[in-house]
Amino acid sequence: MLPAHAALPNAWNNTVNYFKQIFAVAEADVRKLRHDPWELFTRMVQPMLWLLIFGEVFTRAHTIPTGSMSYLDFITPGILAQSVLFVAIFYGISVIWERDLGILHKMLVSPTPRSALVLGRALSSGVRGLSQGIVVYVIAAALGVDLRVGFGSVLGVIVAVMVGAATFSTFSLIAACIVKTRERFMGIGQVLTMPLFFASNAIYPIDMMPQWLRHVAAVNPLSYEVDALRTLMINGGISSFGLGADFVVQGLALTLLVAIATRLYPTLVN
Amino acid sequence: MDRQTQLGDRKSGDETSPIAAYAVSTDLLTKRFGTLTAVDRVSLLVPQRAIFGLLGTNGAGKTTVIKMLTTLLAPTEGNAEVVGLDVVKEPEAVRRRIGYVSQMLSADGELTGYENLLISAKLYGISRADRAQRIAQALKFMELSDVADKLVSHYSGGMIRRLEIAQSMLHRPQVLFLDEPTVGLDPVARRAVWQRIRDLRNEFGTTIVLTTHDMSEADELCDIVGFMHVGRLEALGPPAQLKAELGAEATLDDVFIRYTGTSIAERGGYQDVARTRRTAERLE
Repeated sequence: MLPAHAALPNAWNNTVNYFKQIFAVAEADVRKLRHDPWELFTRMVQPMLWLLIFGEVFTRAHTIPTGSMSYLDFITPGILAQSVLFVAIFYGISVIWERDLGILHKMLVSPTPRSALVLGRALSSGVRGLSQGIVVYVIAAALGVDLRVGFGSVLGVIVAVMVGAATFSTFSLIAACIVKTRERFMGIGQVLTMPLFFASNAIYPIDMMPQWLRHVAAVNPLSYEVDALRTLMINGGISSFGLGADFVVQGLALTLLVAIATRLYPTLVN
Repeated sequence: MDRQTQLGDRKSGDETSPIAAYAVSTDLLTKRFGTLTAVDRVSLLVPQRAIFGLLGTNGAGKTTVIKMLTTLLAPTEGNAEVVGLDVVKEPEAVRRRIGYVSQMLSADGELTGYENLLISAKLYGISRADRAQRIAQALKFMELSDVADKLVSHYSGGMIRRLEIAQSMLHRPQVLFLDEPTVGLDPVARRAVWQRIRDLRNEFGTTIVLTTHDMSEADELCDIVGFMHVGRLEALGPPAQLKAELGAEATLDDVFIRYTGTSIAERGGYQDVARTRRTAERLE
C-alpha cells in the first residue's frame, strides 16, 4: 500500500506519463516526415490550385455574395480548412497499413492507454495540418489577401487548424476500424470528403444554400472550423456562430470521436 | 558472467511483480469466431524461465492463443493468466510485464533502428535516465550498433528480427511472446535469432513463448512443446519425452504427424498464407 501523501504525486506522474506517450506516438510520425518530407510538398499543390485558379476566377465573377469581403479573402480560410480536411481524412489508410505490417499490434501490446494512441495520431495529423497552414498563408499573402497577423490571431489559427485536423483524422481512424481494408477505405475517403466540403461554408456562405443543406451545414464540424478561421485569419472577418461556439462545437466533436475511436482501435487487429 | 554485469541486473517491467509459479497458465481457454472454434479448451502451464514452443499447421490456433495471452483478443470462454495476472481482468498489468514480436515484421521501416527503440522506450514509459543506456545495450546485445542510424527499410530480414526482439526487451519483460520468429529467414540468420533467444532466457531469466511450424526449430530451442491441431492442444511435454513415447528412433516430425494427422488439414486459408508470404517477401 502506498502512503496517502504519495497519491497526489502519483496521479501527477501518471498524467505526465500519459502526455509523454501521446507525444511519443506523434514523434514517430514527425520523424518519418523528417526522413521523407516529399509528402508535405505534394500536399501543397492542392491549396495552391484552389487559391490561384478557383479563387482568382471567382473573385472576378462576383457571383457569390460575401458582403464587404472580397471573394478571395472569403475562401482563403475555407481553402485552409479544406486542405487540412483532405490530408486528415486519408489518415486511416496509414493506420490500416500499420495494421498490415504488424506495427499496430506492437503498439497495442504496450501498456500505452488506447486513448493516448488515438490522441497521438490526432496530434501528428495536427502537425501535418500546420504545414498546410504555412502554405496557405504564403500564397494568400502573395495574392494580397487581407490577412491578420497579430500574435493572438495566429495562435488562434494554429489551435483551430490542429483541432480540425485532429477531429477529421480521428473520424478517418474510426472509418478505418470499420472497413478494415485499404481498398474499401480508398472509396470511403472519397465519399466522406466531398459532402463534408460542399455542405460547409468553405467556398460559399451558408445563406446561399437551400434550406435542407443549411441543416446539414449546421451540424458539419467543418463549418465551425471555417468560421473560426475566417474570424481569426482575415481582417474584417465576422463570425456567424461566434468564436466561442466554434471552439466548443469542435471540442465536443473531437471528444466524442476520440471516445469512439478508443473503443474501436483495438478491434483492428482482431 | 561478463555479459551479466554488462547488461545490469534483471529488473522486470514493474517493481511489484507478483510471485507466480507459472509464467503462463490457461484453463479451458476457448475462442470462437462465429461458428468457427479457433481455440478449443486449451489448458496449459508454462514454468518460469522455460522456452515453450507452440506447434501446429497454419490455422491450428497458435496465433489466436498468443493474441489472447498478449491481451489483443478477449477469450470467449476459459481463463488465462500471465505471471499470475488475469489477461481479461488486468490487461494493463499484463502488458507491462510482457514483450511481443508479431508474426509480421513490425519494426517501422521508415524510421532508423535507433528511432524504433526510442519510440518503444517512450511508449513503455522508460525514464530518460535509463533510456539511453538501455537502447545502447540493446543495440550492442543484438549486434546492431553499427547500423543504428540507418533506416530499417535497408536492414536484412535477420537484422529486422533482432531489432524487434531488442525492442520487445527494452522494458525487461518477464515473458516474451514470439509469433513465428524465424519464418522466412535463411539458416544463418535463423541460428543467430535462436542464440539471441537463448541468451535472453539465460541472462534475464525471461520466459519465452514462441510459435513455429518448424520442427527442427522446436527440437533445438524448446524445453517444452505443445502440439495444436484444429484448435485443440493434442500433446504437451519436453521434445525428448514426446519422441520417446513414439519409439527410440522417432523424430519430432513423427510426433507432429502423430498428433496433427498425416493429411495436412490447412485451416489457415487465404489470410494466413498471404500474411506469411508477405512477411517472407519483405525478408528477401
